Amino acid sequence: MTGGHYIFWFVFVLMVIGLYAVISHGNLVKKLIGLNLFQIGVFMFYIALGKVEDGRAPIVEEGVEVYSHPLPHVLILTAIVVGVATTSLGLALAIRIYEAYGTIEEDEVIERDKAAEQDGTAELNGTAERDGVRGGEAGP
Amino acid sequence: MSLLVLMDVSLFTLLLATALAITRLRALYEATMLTALAGLLSASLFVVLDALDVAITEAAVGTGISTVLFIAALRLTRSREAVTPRRRLWSGGAVAVLLGATLLYAAQDLPPFAEPDTPVQTNPVTQTYLHESQEDIGVPNTVAAVLASYRGYDTLGELVVIFTAGVTVPLLLLRTRRRAERDEAHAGEEGAEGGTEPGTEHGTEHGREHSAEHGAEHGAEHGTEKGAEHRSARAVVMSEYRVLRVASKVLMPFILLFACYVLFHGDYGPGGGFQAGVIFAAGFVLYSLVFGIGEVERVLPWPVMLGLVPVGVLLYAGLGVANMALGGAFLDYDTLVPGHPEEGQHYGILIIETGVGITVAAVLIAVYYSFANRGARR
Repeated sequence: MTGGHYIFWFVFVLMVIGLYAVISHGNLVKKLIGLNLFQIGVFMFYIALGKVEDGRAPIVEEGVEVYSHPLPHVLILTAIVVGVATTSLGLALAIRIYEAYGTIEEDEVIERDKAAEQDGTAELNGTAERDGVRGGEAGP
Repeated sequence: MSLLVLMDVSLFTLLLATALAITRLRALYEATMLTALAGLLSASLFVVLDALDVAITEAAVGTGISTVLFIAALRLTRSREAVTPRRRLWSGGAVAVLLGATLLYAAQDLPPFAEPDTPVQTNPVTQTYLHESQEDIGVPNTVAAVLASYRGYDTLGELVVIFTAGVTVPLLLLRTRRRAERDEAHAGEEGAEGGTEPGTEHGTEHGREHSAEHGAEHGAEHGTEKGAEHRSARAVVMSEYRVLRVASKVLMPFILLFACYVLFHGDYGPGGGFQAGVIFAAGFVLYSLVFGIGEVERVLPWPVMLGLVPVGVLLYAGLGVANMALGGAFLDYDTLVPGHPEEGQHYGILIIETGVGITVAAVLIAVYYSFANRGARR
């Protein structure tokens, strides 16, 4: 029983490392890298479920009887491309945050927001971001 | 110990070591390079696990496109991470360990790995996808059959997600013309400072060191010129390396040809629209890394690029509507060639895959353009 699960344990360790990177690091780019690792773990999990011992890739040929399951492959294949699209969106947001706050460290962004609030510059919700910069520069 | 177990264990050990190194590194460039390594290792694992289509995608995305995007983002932000406070490490570690424990507990109910009698293999859908698909659709690569035909709605949804990202990233990063002109005027005053660091951080670490030296020289020469010249200065720096220049120029037609092969041969071998789109985009990104974004923009102007983003989605959805007009259901390709459902399926899958390829390639190139353009105008 335990011998048959080793690959899932590897996958879980990878997911744990990825989640740890997402939660414990304050840097937004590092968070995205951690998210990518977690994502690889999820992909592996799906693909491992479809694998059969002595199976072949699911491309039908003469004389081959055992194939791995194609459905996880389809799901993960599209998920990888969607993953890079969402990662790029996250990176774009990180760049905008850097331009507005001058940092991509979560803690520093929150500090600046607090400083801006104390200055009373962030009154309007719509312009909160831009005011945050001014307040942040003037504040500390 | 069988070969499968040996390969899995060794590749996974390398992958986990890479992941651990990534979490420990505070230099983000190095972490990005290791992420590329993790992508390559996971692509190898996909091959071991029989997922060839997935492996092509992961190799092109994980080691190619996403690395370039991360580096492009780091160039626009900061490349060194601040020291994480200790209490965060504890809370993060606690949550992660809790997740690990939960997963381990739940894994007791999982079927054993690679056994032939797991629920995944005994489900009736396996029979449908692997054997009945040969009569229904007649495409040897069952992944392509499932992707484009059986689960066509699903794939359309995924494509719309990618399309949305391709619209949102340029919206976030591209400046409007009026704003750009204002910034340009502003940058003219500050041009001297900006000129000393043309962004040459692309490529390997080795390349970076060298190009940084070159960049400094160039910056000193052109330092007083305006923002518009930065782009050409950078292009000159990168394409000064003969090996890079010749290799990328020689590789370019083969990459594009391979993308076309992957697209049109996807019915018979591993491949399809997603892979082809990513490889196509990787070719253009490589070219623009070496010769500068301006060179690629001459071949593929920005409005054309943005215009191509929705074309694939429209082609895909349009085919579905055409099927309805021909009297079938949405995305029911049997109606394309009356009397010959199998041929209809062939044409349908080909059109779908082409649409997917166009949108994926256009979105990824558009995303890269937006990152690179923002860097050039800063």
